[in-house]
Amino acid sequence: MDALVRLLSNFIRTVAIRLPDDVLSALKELSSKESSYWGKAVYSLMFDNINLALEKGVPVCQDTGVLMFFIDVGTNFPYVNKLYDALKVATIKATEEVPLRPNVVEPFDEKNTGNNVGTRLPWIEWNIVPEADYVEITLYLAGGGTSLTGNAKVLPPASGFKGVIEFVLDVVSSYGLNACPPFLLGVGIGATVETAALLSKRALLRPIGSINPNPKAASLERILYEKVCGLEIGPQGLGGSTTVLGVNVEYSARHPATLAVGVSTGCWAHRRGVIKIKSDLTYELPLYKGVVL
Amino acid sequence: MNLVVNTPIKDNVLEEVKVGDIVYLNGVLVTARDAAHERLLKHGFKLPITLKFLPIFHAGPIVKKTNDSWSIVSIGPTTSMRMESLEYDFIERTGIKMIIGKGGMGSRTAEACKKFKAVHAIFPGGCAVVAAERVKRVLGVEWLDLGVPEALWILEVENFGPLIVSIDTNGNNMFDERIKSINSKKFDMLKNLDRELSSKL
Repeated sequence: MDALVRLLSNFIRTVAIRLPDDVLSALKELSSKESSYWGKAVYSLMFDNINLALEKGVPVCQDTGVLMFFIDVGTNFPYVNKLYDALKVATIKATEEVPLRPNVVEPFDEKNTGNNVGTRLPWIEWNIVPEADYVEITLYLAGGGTSLTGNAKVLPPASGFKGVIEFVLDVVSSYGLNACPPFLLGVGIGATVETAALLSKRALLRPIGSINPNPKAASLERILYEKVCGLEIGPQGLGGSTTVLGVNVEYSARHPATLAVGVSTGCWAHRRGVIKIKSDLTYELPLYKGVVL
Repeated sequence: MNLVVNTPIKDNVLEEVKVGDIVYLNGVLVTARDAAHERLLKHGFKLPITLKFLPIFHAGPIVKKTNDSWSIVSIGPTTSMRMESLEYDFIERTGIKMIIGKGGMGSRTAEACKKFKAVHAIFPGGCAVVAAERVKRVLGVEWLDLGVPEALWILEVENFGPLIVSIDTNGNNMFDERIKSINSKKFDMLKNLDRELSSKL
């Protein structure tokens, strides 16, 4: 268990201090496209910050979020019984050692627990992979500013995709300024309010630049992308042509009576990392080329 | 215009500063966010330090304690708008001259900035390591029982910026204009949505 905890806490450290390869290249591309005065100034400061964080080995943003783990675990992964405890212990260890900001507040006591562990936090979503002997863990550090954007609503189906687009644009135009743009926009469509919300968060886990395999969902992604860019929110809300890292739509089938829509944003410092751990505890970091934990 | 401002901030220094100007700060900066605002204004606590003529920073840092001394690891701005409902009274009660945060603030804060000759300025969000580099020393901490992010961290800063002025002492508000522009663009693009969707979805 010690080796697993060490591996996981080093993984948490990497996610906090280093942006994943896909986010970095998307930011580079956006910064080359931005022509506004403030926009260019903001990108230049962002890259200074990214480099300085790496050089000093400290978190790229002070808000290291609440930790959310999305896990695909094989039923034959030898540490499956220990994984839950290992994630909690690794969270406490990383909070102290990196350090991360203690961000977990018990709502009824108004008390910060001080170690990023609290009731049902870190948040863990489990998927079971039959017969596999590995675990694949996606960690998302969900910061407060960008989480404030989050919203979901159940529309009557007659609202159609028009209603979906109006809802998304209402949310983005009201809160997008404060979500540290250029942000990644996640939209979930589903049967109930919480499934749509969760799918909007899962949409943020997809690689930047990926396209939904359903052609109509891909079309909705394109339409939303054009519209959100057209708002010209710009880097840090100061105006400009680059507002999003991308728009990802995820969906489930719905109920005949409901069309639920969820919206989540991921700030420009999109700290979403993936690690695949095999049965012998060797690992791969597909989003961090050349990085060794 | 680029301007260097020293603390305590004298009354007339900010009057020349306009929306869009860039300020760099030298001197003392104190963090105060949601819980500190509420503790002073809603729960009736007395402030443990005087904030008169000082700037506050909407921020909750990552800190490190070595032996008995604190240092700042990472400190960027948080969303200022969360403090909108309390900021007018906070400015009036404390006599602060500058509020630093992320994103804009609303009309009540702009009104207070005009009346009490204060400004709101933004530091680009997420650039927390750059900001930490400009913090020379932690002079002290108060209300630490609120938790690390919500405590009052009293910092000595040097060349702290760039701080982009978003509300000036005349009550001009850069983000008011930004929000109007965004909403009018949204209004236009939703007008022909039915027709657009029938061809695309």
